[in-house]
Formats: sequence, C-alpha cells, structure tokens
Amino acid sequence: MTRLEYPFDERQIRALKAGDSVSISGLVHTGRDKFHKWFADGHPVCVDFRDGALYHCGPVVVREGDGWRVVAAGPTTSVRENPYEPDFIAKSGVRVIIGKGGMDAATLDAMRRHGCVYVQAVGGAAAVSAASVRRVAGVDYLDEFGAAEACWHFEVDGFKGVVAMDSHGASLFDRVGAESSARLSELFRQFGQIRH
Amino acid sequence: MTTVERIAELVRTTSSSLPDDVEQVLRRSLRKEPKGSGAAMVLNTILENCALARRQSTPLCQDTGTLAFFVDERLRRRVTPSVLKKAVALATARGLLRKNCIDSVGGHSYDDNCADGAPVVNYRAADLSGPPTVTLLMKGGGSENMSRQYSLPDAGLGAGRDLEGVRKCVLDAVVKAQGYGCAPGILGVCVGGDRATGFETAKEQLLRRLNDASPDARLAKLEKSLLKDANTLGIGPMGLGGATTLLGVKIAARPRVPASFFVTVAYMCWACRRGVAVFGADGSVSEART
Repeated sequence: MTRLEYPFDERQIRALKAGDSVSISGLVHTGRDKFHKWFADGHPVCVDFRDGALYHCGPVVVREGDGWRVVAAGPTTSVRENPYEPDFIAKSGVRVIIGKGGMDAATLDAMRRHGCVYVQAVGGAAAVSAASVRRVAGVDYLDEFGAAEACWHFEVDGFKGVVAMDSHGASLFDRVGAESSARLSELFRQFGQIRH
Repeated sequence: MTTVERIAELVRTTSSSLPDDVEQVLRRSLRKEPKGSGAAMVLNTILENCALARRQSTPLCQDTGTLAFFVDERLRRRVTPSVLKKAVALATARGLLRKNCIDSVGGHSYDDNCADGAPVVNYRAADLSGPPTVTLLMKGGGSENMSRQYSLPDAGLGAGRDLEGVRKCVLDAVVKAQGYGCAPGILGVCVGGDRATGFETAKEQLLRRLNDASPDARLAKLEKSLLKDANTLGIGPMGLGGATTLLGVKIAARPRVPASFFVTVAYMCWACRRGVAVFGADGSVSEART
C-alpha cells in the first residue's frame, strides 16, 4: 500500500501503476456535476487544486454546532465528468482524481500528459469513507449547488483506494473489460464443443 | 411496540446490517485474492464497512435503494400498505434512509420516501411451515441499472432456447455489468415467464440465502456451474480484476408461452440488504436474518 499525502508529489504520482493500492491523507476536495459545469463555464474555482485531489462525491453532511459531521461519503459514478475532466486536469494541476467506474480515453491521455492518477474508491462503502474524514475544513458553493453538489474540503486520514488509471496510459477498466470479453468468448466456444 | 415501530426497526437492521451468509462468502472470497492486491483491498474495505455500519447502526451504503416488502398473507390485515408507509416515513425521519424517492414526471422528491407505489408491497402465499414473516429487500440504483432481460433465441450471443442459451445470457450479463453494479454481485435469474413476472421472479431469488440450492436438480447444477464460470471472467471486486466477480447465482424457472423464451437477470450489488421480521401468533416480533 502506497501512502499519498497532500500536497501530492508529481514524481510519486508518476511512479504509480494501475493496480497499486493507495492510502490518501490530507486535503481532498469534492466536486461533481455542478462543480465541473461551473468550471467549464469559465468561472474561477474556489480553491487551488495544484498538487491536490478531487473527489467525485455527493456526501451526506450534517451540521454539528459550528461545524460539520460527515455521515456518508462514498464515490459517485465518474463518467458524467468526462467532457470536462481533461481541461480541468490541464488547467488546475490536480494530481489525484477519486471516483467510481473510471473515465474515458481523453481523460486518460490528460493524466499521462500532466501527471495525474484516477483512484477507484470502494462503491457502497459509505460508512468507511465517512470515517476516514477527520475534519471538514470548509465548504464552497453550498448555497449555489446544494449540499450534495457543493465543494467540500475534507481532511482525510487513510482514505483507501486502488489506482485504476495511471499516468502511463494504463487503465484497469480497459484491461479487465478486454480480458473478461476474451474469456467469455472462450467459454462460449467450450459450450459449443460440449454440445457437438 | 406497535407494528409500525416493528417495521421501522426492520428497516434499521436491514439498512445497517449485511446478512451473515453474504458476509461469510465475502470473507471466504478474500482468502482467495492475493495479499496486497486491489481485489483484497476492496474486499477488506467492504468487510470493515459492514462491521462499522452494524456497530453504528447507520446505512452501510448511501444509496438506500428501492424498498420492497414481501408479506405473508396471514399478516394482510396487520401489515397493511398504510402501516408499511408509516414505518418507512418514520425510518426516514430517523436518518436510516436517504431521501431517495423522486417523482418521475415532475422531478420533485418525496421526502418521506412514500408515494403511490413506494414502498413496493407484495403479499405472498402463506408459508405454513413456520410463523408468518415480513421480508424487506433494499436494492440500490447502481445495481438495478445492470439488470437485464434477454429474449431467446439471441443471434448475437448464439444463444438458443435451451439451458446452454440461458448460460450464455447470464454470463453475457455479468460481462456487460463489469464492476458498475458494485461487484462482487449476486444474480437472481428467471428462466421463462413473461417480461413482468420474469423480473419479479428474478428479483425474488435475491431473498434466498447464498448457501441454499434450487430444489430443481437441473437448476441447482446450473447455479453452481454459472457461479464457477463467472468467477473465471476476472472482473473482480469493483471491476478492478480478481477471482471474486459473483458471490452467488440463484435461479428459478416459470412456464412460458410457445412464442416467448425470456431470460431475466436481476443484478444485486455486494450490499445485498435483506431482513426478516418473524411475527408470533400473539403479535410479538422477533427479528431474524434470512
């Protein structure tokens, strides 16, 4: 397991290979559909993402006194941000994108060019994800985007995931998809042989 | 305790506690994945999540899903749709369910998770081998999106109207789902029926314990071989690769008309939330897992 800590070091990020397990600590910002559209529409983004992490997540966060408590914070499906992400990677200098399900070839290419990785979080594991958030450091766009779509600034400790897309053009999703399709054809051929 | 309270408690345990048989298979699967692999990391996190959610009594997944109740008909007068709605509204107010019920035409949210058709209520023929029960199944949207129905023959798959054709459909559904339905998954399958009963029957198979087998020897054999074949596809937990693609396959068959031959696959995520409340003759309830 590789420990990654904010601010993320470009050399360390570029050394990661698809399939590596990672544990992330430090500052992570959430951003999903409205956040990406806001950026694409040319608005300045609330925080500096250079050497930072973006988490595709719509958390459940409740008020507690003057602060916030994160109840559930699992990943949301990342493909919806495909149209925006290459440009966001190029302009923001983000090093780590966390989500679920992977992203497209253009995003993979931007990751290669700018030194960024995609980390797959565990879908459904909402309690564990929430527990790794030590503190909510703040929130932006709460009124504009609503709580689920706001840009939350989480301080996480030991947030676990797997590098699914690396900065060398490798994607576990592409590999697993191709290999499982090939294996399926092989099984189908065997079925045929049993029959004849 | 009122019946409404009893059902609200059923929602709490179902939402926060993975059935023991599912957890056991997850644990067994973890031993088959290489230490330090992505698959092992995902399975470890899932198991850690299950323990944490159970301890805190909080939802184990933020998508608390579609709620489907299966009620023994002997309880028809005690556990009415109105009682179930009150219980769901109560559980929602207690923070056990996400506001997860959207009006499909207007787009607004039913903040208490109750509407015409929500929760889903099915009354089932009395099972006289035991006391009457209410079973709850909570199924998230990510997995529901991966369910599908085939019509045989299927030229694209080279699948004919026989059990070999059924095998091809089921394995194709697993490959199409990849990790998107939050693998490792559990499949409920219906061979035959019409389009509607196909999905109904397939989904009902998800109420079965993972260690049971179809009473039909031919289907029991098919369940076993499909599970084995699917776990050679290499899709793995969350689609990151590995030997754990499915946790179980449960198949039932329904008669069909000569013109139709449907194969329906209900894909369930690893977070297969099902719970049972057992009712005594005196109206008392003792909670139990399926």
